[in-house]
Amino acid sequence: MGYVAIADRDHEIEHHDPQTFITKYVWSQDHKVIAIQYAGTAIFVGVIALILSAMMRLQLGFPDTFSFINPENYYQFITMHGMIMVIYLLTALFLGGFGNYLIPLMCGSRDMVFPYLNMLSYWVYLLSVIILLISFFVPGGSTGAGWTLYPPQAILPGTPGVEWGILLMLGSLAVFIVAFTMGGLNYVTTVLQARCRGMTLMRMPLSVWGIFIATILGLLAFPALLVSAIMMLLDKTIATSFFMPAISSMGVDPGHTGGSPILFQHLFWFFGHPEVYIVALPAFGIVSDLLSTHARKNIFGYRMMVWAIIAIGGLSFIVWAHHMYVSGMNPYFGFFFATTTLIIAVPTAIKVYNWVLTLWEGNIHLRVPMLFAIAFIFTFIHGGLTGLFLGNVTIDLPLSDTYFVVAHFHMVMGVSPVLVVFGAIYHWWPKITGRMYNETLGKWHFWMTFLGTYSIYLPMHYLGFAGVPRRYFAMGNTDFLPESAQTLNASITLSALFVAATQILFFVNVFWSLRKGPKADPNPWDATTLEWQTPDTPPKHGNWGHDLPECHRWAYDYSVPGYEDDFIPQNVPADVAPVGRDHGVEH
Amino acid sequence: MEIGLIVLATMLATLLGWLLKQSFNTQPWVAEAVDEASYQAPFNARPKLVALTTFLAVATSFFALILSAYSLRMELGDWIPLTEPQLLWVNTGVLVLASVAFQWTRNLAVSGRTSQIKPGLFLAGVLTVAFLVGQLIAWQQLNASGQYMTSNPSNAFFFLLTGIHALHILGGMYVWARATIKTLNGGDAVEVSHSIELCTIYWHFLLLVWLVLFGLMLST
Repeated sequence: MGYVAIADRDHEIEHHDPQTFITKYVWSQDHKVIAIQYAGTAIFVGVIALILSAMMRLQLGFPDTFSFINPENYYQFITMHGMIMVIYLLTALFLGGFGNYLIPLMCGSRDMVFPYLNMLSYWVYLLSVIILLISFFVPGGSTGAGWTLYPPQAILPGTPGVEWGILLMLGSLAVFIVAFTMGGLNYVTTVLQARCRGMTLMRMPLSVWGIFIATILGLLAFPALLVSAIMMLLDKTIATSFFMPAISSMGVDPGHTGGSPILFQHLFWFFGHPEVYIVALPAFGIVSDLLSTHARKNIFGYRMMVWAIIAIGGLSFIVWAHHMYVSGMNPYFGFFFATTTLIIAVPTAIKVYNWVLTLWEGNIHLRVPMLFAIAFIFTFIHGGLTGLFLGNVTIDLPLSDTYFVVAHFHMVMGVSPVLVVFGAIYHWWPKITGRMYNETLGKWHFWMTFLGTYSIYLPMHYLGFAGVPRRYFAMGNTDFLPESAQTLNASITLSALFVAATQILFFVNVFWSLRKGPKADPNPWDATTLEWQTPDTPPKHGNWGHDLPECHRWAYDYSVPGYEDDFIPQNVPADVAPVGRDHGVEH
Repeated sequence: MEIGLIVLATMLATLLGWLLKQSFNTQPWVAEAVDEASYQAPFNARPKLVALTTFLAVATSFFALILSAYSLRMELGDWIPLTEPQLLWVNTGVLVLASVAFQWTRNLAVSGRTSQIKPGLFLAGVLTVAFLVGQLIAWQQLNASGQYMTSNPSNAFFFLLTGIHALHILGGMYVWARATIKTLNGGDAVEVSHSIELCTIYWHFLLLVWLVLFGLMLST
């Protein structure tokens, strides 16, 4: 008996057309609306985190100038900036935002498999954001424990926000994980069960592959954060001793016995390292699609790209202790984790080569999304190479507490994914809103952001080599540093403020496009993937009108010889257009 | 961390093996007309079953990580093994019976005898509530004998593990309640049998988790 795709079985998924404004745009169960809600909320908190980073840079560039920044504030800014950017912005935006929007459209389904759960996921995420934001206003303010929240200092007096901030932080994380799990179950099930007819796993666009594997990583890794959050909450509230050693704090015995702060570090980084790839893999996938589409060329080594995503996902679970070299460990462990860490360079390098080879002899259109995608290759190679330094124990030890590390992780998981986020927004904007943006403004936004971020992070590598310590509010006893280090710090601050201000261009473009932007073509980039083949732009509820699409080919039939257009959409039948590389292509 | 690592590695290896099997020997660049052969149904399963399986993987990861923490924490100097209340043996028996009752109900439901499932469904619910009450009494017995959560790390882990396990069961009871209401209202037989099947899988899973937890706590 033939298998009937879930998407074909209408009764399995309920599609009540939303009737009122509230059900259409607020309590919406439509994956596209939920995606926009997710993305809007994530970008909103992201802007807050951006402002926090500007405040930190003000202090670092011009110490003793701003009286409203004291050491306590500074640590609160660091903590909240890191936590928001990594979790509430990037994770939520890539999986909740792009995952929600792209998975059903690219797989040719009408919606997520569980629309109600999907809606719940967003509202619970919003709750976690609200809890997080409340912590700015409670007595003592938000926590200043650093984004890694290491005990014992995270919950001992002397750390800012020890009264309420840390409780709200841990609570907010727990709520976020619940939200993510609800969303994640949806994404996995939808990819596995609701693809349209003909959409085999190996015909899925790489964007979906990246989001799919990242979701699996998240589902398996976030429990580690949940465990550590629960245990730390108990240590803080009822004085258990999971992580807290016997300690005297400011002359008072808080009642802990011999707990292990290292245990926390293991749990935290067991989540923390996969988290890097939870952010990176969707970026890898999306950037592959942007490069292929705007270079009018099939992605180089599609299968290898898929396997590389899978391999990176698997390897990311056995490298966590490379974040803990300075905590001290058995040298054999250090050797093991250094080796696994460096092995990740292999699939990652395969991806980078394949991106470059995709561009090779391509018909490159330097539109705004393409600029961001190419810029990603630069920043990612850059951040990846410094990762090779830090993966080695002996090199990591002297560099670990310097600005070299700040430069490294901002390059590799700050700037790189954010460039992809912008590229993706510019790429899918016409489909999401049905309007075009101002191309020139977009290019200005790109060049100022790209060059600006380089002028922030490139000098930081030098500062790190010179030995400028990270995490410090003020330099302190650092006579070994030349005075020029401070000059460089001031210049970095100016660049940072410049880049932060530049983002206004993006928002101007967004609002201009929403109000006055010209109507977009349904498929302005001549792309092959299914989301560009919807009957309406923006797609209506249910996405596909009466009939679901059928998928007849992979997502990368660009410039196929013997066909008049330079692209063949995935839903064009095999007997209408050439059937791919094996037919009519001379090598 | 070895426990967490081994459990995760097993789950990931299964997944990766399956994904590789799907992708070897495919030629994605070759376009083909859609026919039944070209449509590789990943699992010929219901979406809810896939979602439940995925959730079980998440829960497995969660419990495995707590157990990793348990085994790491156990080796530190201040650990005094806890003597578990004897009542836990009774509770374990009750939970086994709850699983059996669910299996019985499921077998009836799947073979189409939906009219006879009510007693089994009730029994499963009652036994599960009895288990939860039993766990609560075990907590009180410990407290009464001066073994508080904060007295020792092994106590803390005992309360944490039993508490989290109980929370998972409460989550299952919500689904059980919905299935029961559906049954009482004479809901669609297929739908009822589907929910009972999912509940049964979940109950067996939580029984297995409990046996692992209980075994570990007894032996340490």
